[in-house]
Formats: sequence, structure tokens, C-alpha cells
Amino acid sequence: MANNYATRTDICLRCPRGCAIETIQGPEGEILKISGNQCKLGIEYVTQEISDPRRILPTSVRVTNGTRPLVPVWTPEPIPKRLLMELAEASREIVVEAPVHVGDVVLDNWKNLGIRLVADGEVPHN
Amino acid sequence: MDANTDYDVIVIGGGPAGMAAALEAQKAGSRVLILERNDQLGGILPQCIHNGFGAVNFGSDLPGPEYAWRYEQMLKQTPVEVILKTMVVDLTPNLEIYAINEHAGYLHYKPRAVVLAMGCRERTRAQIRLPGTRAAGIFTAGTVQRLVNIEGYMPGRKVIILGSGDIGMIMARRLTIEGAEVLSVLELMPYLTGLRRNFVQCLQDYDIPLHLSTTVKRIIGNRRVEGIETIQVDADLNHIPGSEQTIACDTLVLSVGLIPENELSEKAGVIPDDRSRGPRVDSTMATSVPGLFAAGNVTGIYDLVDYVSKAGETAGRSAARYARRNTAEPPGAHARSTESDTDPSTRRIRIRAGANVGVVIPQEIDLDAVDQNPLLLMVRPNALIEHPVKIRIRAGDDYPVTMAEPYARPSEMMIKELKTRHLQSLIDSGAQEITVELS
Repeated sequence: MANNYATRTDICLRCPRGCAIETIQGPEGEILKISGNQCKLGIEYVTQEISDPRRILPTSVRVTNGTRPLVPVWTPEPIPKRLLMELAEASREIVVEAPVHVGDVVLDNWKNLGIRLVADGEVPHN
Repeated sequence: MDANTDYDVIVIGGGPAGMAAALEAQKAGSRVLILERNDQLGGILPQCIHNGFGAVNFGSDLPGPEYAWRYEQMLKQTPVEVILKTMVVDLTPNLEIYAINEHAGYLHYKPRAVVLAMGCRERTRAQIRLPGTRAAGIFTAGTVQRLVNIEGYMPGRKVIILGSGDIGMIMARRLTIEGAEVLSVLELMPYLTGLRRNFVQCLQDYDIPLHLSTTVKRIIGNRRVEGIETIQVDADLNHIPGSEQTIACDTLVLSVGLIPENELSEKAGVIPDDRSRGPRVDSTMATSVPGLFAAGNVTGIYDLVDYVSKAGETAGRSAARYARRNTAEPPGAHARSTESDTDPSTRRIRIRAGANVGVVIPQEIDLDAVDQNPLLLMVRPNALIEHPVKIRIRAGDDYPVTMAEPYARPSEMMIKELKTRHLQSLIDSGAQEITVELS
């Protein structure tokens, strides 16, 4: 095979099974063959990973007047990987008022990118 | 003090196994009580704020707190009673429970059946014989997880993590997200001990280096950790002199394994399994003590909470069935009912761990209790085999059941359903004991 064909292996992050998926790309980066996946999520994952890698950010933010000092939050939709640390830093400045419920949006449309942080735990009012 | 005999089933521990057990026992008609030591339900899940939970049971990728919250919501729809901040201090072989809390003081129960769902605890520094000073700044990974995710304290700024298990890698990412510098993750074994997906999304994504075949030789610092001396190990895990390196840091996080929590199980007199370090359980999650069931990490360490919940469901159903059969008797009576007239011993098949298998759960099949629910066999490899392998079930000199797997890794528990045809082959073999092997 000519040198301008590239093979890469990705560990699929879509479920805990973690398939090792091998992808062969042509000279223009086009995907020629995907193998090693055990389900269709694997194909979705490597296609996304090659063009625009995205990850979920799980973290926590501070709560005032709550029974606990923190509430867990996450980006239910994966965000561009390059923005992970920037959002992590931004989340350290967020403070929300109790009560906080599962599903409450604590940061909406961050940087006009449609990115949101959503609470995944409950903190009752103190 | 007279024992409270109001309950059919009491579940000890309100984590994922306990909540699922309570729901199923209630659904089967039992009056159920959960006794939970913490001030909230969920067990370890509220501090596991990373996603990766629920793929099997909810078909979605949830953070730990939300997985627990969903079960809590389901419980709220039922008459299952929950008492928080209550610690069970004793459990007798005839199922008497003694507990304490700040409101009632002493509590004494005698239910018809009990489910053990106490989970596990972490191995500590002493258990890996880590030499050096007793400086501040040495934590187990679970403690760091609680400090950072629940209590809101950072344990340090420059961190070394020993152990590449999932909690270690997840905490490497977590501390990085919260602004600490994680200098490296060290692993004694020549391979990753956690899931590869966590290597990608927790270490690679955040540029955290992993050093295999490397461990901590010495901790430097008296009042506070000032550094760590690392050393490489050979194939026999012996230190390689001259390979030492000193790294300045203020915190050492230990992620060096989990052990089933079985102080109460021992008091109740269960027969332990020498591999899992939990009570020996059969396919109904029954222990050797009549009326006493167990599920989840108390029976051996699981990788995925979804299967802990499934084991809890089995234990809950079985406990309810046992309670129902024994309602005519005084609670806790030693009656073991059987539906058939055959000798019970011929209706049970003992399961042993064979070649390349560390732990197998359950350790016995109760053929009389096989129902429409899947009978799951958990197989924990104790060898790293990076090519297609076969799970072979040996009965005498025959292998009546064989199943294929793409590889075997100690970090990944294999979960196999024993289908009706598998069970039939095992019954046909006439074996009273089978061995699970990997080759």
C-alpha cells in the first residue's frame, strides 16, 4: 500500500466496552475502512473523532445556601476537546443558589457555542 | 428490647445494589426497609461525578449522581422505607440486626430475609506495605474523590498517583480539571489495570503521563509530602536498583484496589469465597446462611454499576421469595424450602475458577430457582491475553459449554449469560461441580 494511506487505532469511548477500532484513511484523509467495532456507535465515534474530537466534561460548581457546598454538573452533549480546560476553568468561577435540581442549567450557551453545563445531582436549600 | 419483626426484607446498604434489591423485593410483595449509614442514598455514586454509568440499564451515558438519583426516584414511588444515618453494628446467623443512629439510639430488627449490600472499601497504604514517613498528603483515591467532589477541598497541588485502576485515572483527570498538576500515574504491573477508555479520556486527553512497571520506593518529607522516589520493577515485580527517580510533589494518591466490605457477613457466619473475598453466593445471590442474600461489590469487585444493580435485583427477588415461603414460620427460622422432592444437593452445581480465571460470581447454580430472568456469570480473568480466547466450562473431562471472547484482561470482567441450552448441557453432563477456564 502506498505511503499516503494512513492507519489509526482509536479506543471507542461510546460505552465501557472500549473497542479498539482500526481506520484506514486515503490520501485526502477520507475514511476507506473501519474495523474492530462491535456496534454502529463505533463507526459514529471514529468518524467524529477523526474530523472533530469531542468529549463530555464532568465537573462540579459551588452552591450557596445549600445543604452541601457543591453540585455535580456535566455537559450532556460532548464539546470540542480543545475547549475542555477552558470550560473547566470557567466552571470554577460559577456559583449557584440552592436549591439545585437534576436537570437545572447552570451555564447556558457558553461562548455562544450552544454549550451548557447541567446539574446531575440535587442540593436542597439549607 | 424486643426485635422489630415488621419487615419481610431488610437491605443493609443503600447503594446501587441495595436500592435495586429493595425495589425488586417490594415489587415481589415484600415489606422492605433499607438501612443506610450515609446521610443520603446512592452509596459511592454521589461522589462518582464522571459519566459512564447506565449504558446497560438506562441505555444512556449518565454521571454517577444521576444514576443514583433515578433509582432514588423509583424508590420514592414505592412504600419501601429508608432510614439514613444508621449503622448496622451486628448481624447474627438467625438474621437479627442491631443498628445505631442518633435519633433512636439502639435498633433491633428480626426480618424474614436480609440482603447484604455494603459495597467495598479501598486498600490502603499499609496493605501495599508502602515504606517512608507518615507525612500528610497521602490519600486513597476514594478519599480524594470525596474531598474534591462532595466536600469541596483540594488535597494538594502537585500530585502523583500510584495505580492505574479506573478510580486512579478518573481522579487524575478530576484533579487536573480543578487546577492541580498531576505529574504522573505510576503502575506496578506491566499493563494498565483500568479500562482503556479511561486511559484515553482521563490521561491522554489531559496529557498526563503513565509509567508502567514503576512504583513508589520512598516517600520524602516529614510534616508534608515533599516528593516521591520512584523505582522501576522487573517482570517478577522486583525493584531494579539504579532506576530510581525523585519527583517533587505535595500529594500521593493511592489507587491500589478495592476489597469487599464483609465485617457483617462474617458476623453472620457466611462461608466466604477464597477468590472473591466476599461471601460465597449462588445464582439467586443466596449466601450459605439461610435467608441471607448478598449483591454487588460486597460479593466481589464489579467494573460496571449496571451489573451491580442487576445482581441487586436478583438478590431482592430471591429475598422476597424466601420471606414469602417462610411467612408461616416465625421470622428468621432456619427453614430451607425446596420445591422438588429430590435431594437438594443434586439440584445444585458448584462453580469453580480454573485456568486464567481469578474470580467467578456466582459460585453455585441453584437449578431449582432458575426462572425467566437471565442467569449471568461474571468472570474476572487473572491473566492478560491479547488475542481471541475461549471461556470453557469444564465438567469432569468434558467441556459442555464454550463461549468466545476477543481477549481477556484482568481490568475487564466478562459477563456471560448462561442460557437455557447451556444449563441443559450442564445438567446433562451430570456434574455437581464445574470449572470456568480461559484459554
